[in-house]
Amino acid sequence: MSHAFYVTASYVAAFAVTFGLVLWVWLDHRGRHRELQRLEAAGIRRRSARSEDAR
Amino acid sequence: MSEPSLAIRKFSDLANPTRFLALVSTVWPWLAGLTLCLFAIGLYLSFTGLGDYQQGETVRIMYVHVPAAWLSMMCYTVMALSALGTLVWRHPLADVSAKAAAPIGACFTLVALITGSLWGKPMWGTWWVWDARLTSVFVLFLMYLGLIALNRAMDDPTRAAKVSAVLILVGFVNIPIIKFSVEWWNTLHQPASVIRMDGPTIDPAFLWPLLVMAIAFTMLFFTLHILAMRNEILRRRIAVLRRHAARSAGDAA
Repeated sequence: MSHAFYVTASYVAAFAVTFGLVLWVWLDHRGRHRELQRLEAAGIRRRSARSEDAR
Repeated sequence: MSEPSLAIRKFSDLANPTRFLALVSTVWPWLAGLTLCLFAIGLYLSFTGLGDYQQGETVRIMYVHVPAAWLSMMCYTVMALSALGTLVWRHPLADVSAKAAAPIGACFTLVALITGSLWGKPMWGTWWVWDARLTSVFVLFLMYLGLIALNRAMDDPTRAAKVSAVLILVGFVNIPIIKFSVEWWNTLHQPASVIRMDGPTIDPAFLWPLLVMAIAFTMLFFTLHILAMRNEILRRRIAVLRRHAARSAGDAA
């Protein structure tokens, strides 16, 4: 195998792992944000959020 | 007001998750932009520079392997400081920081292991050897996986935080072992050529792209870390809301 193969494989692997990590952080945020919105829409809110509304 | 007390006050302000979330919302786009710019410059320098007279084109693997390896250790150091924050100062975000950093550290360690193996084959003639440096980095990878598993296995977050913090601090002994393994034992892995008491021995033509890539990886770590901390804070809020909802439903029944 040529040196180009090892260099390319290294950068592809580094990109794939990094991209996977970024994707996981983004999807995790989207999921948690939606879940929080669903709970708040159902009337389940934090005490601090309720007191902010009352002010 | 004196400067130290102002610094302490600012640090204490961050104990409030709502303030921390507001800060993350402001800071993360700037950090992400800076990270992308640094990667663009770093990759340009990495691929336009000359090859090494001995290693040829494979020297370009260094620009991803070395920063990933540095970050794998830096991430664990951040986790160890967070563990101290949990056990000594009981900072509310310390455990959030440690928990959010573990998957990021595991990924950087994985990149270091894969790219190291891909560099080892053409240079050493083997994908892997059980020498002190490679083995200690592999142990670091297993420690990250163990900490992730531990956090997911325990239901009580307060107890999980304390147990994790103690394990992180015990595991920190591996960091100096990784750093000095190439000096303490005979290893196939080369000794340090950048972070040395007598200065870097690497040629500036290779050092500059390496430093730019190292800063880019560091910025990537901080960007992902604060975003993962934000996700963890939201996850904990959801858990609290669900508990309140379940309790309210129980009381109503």
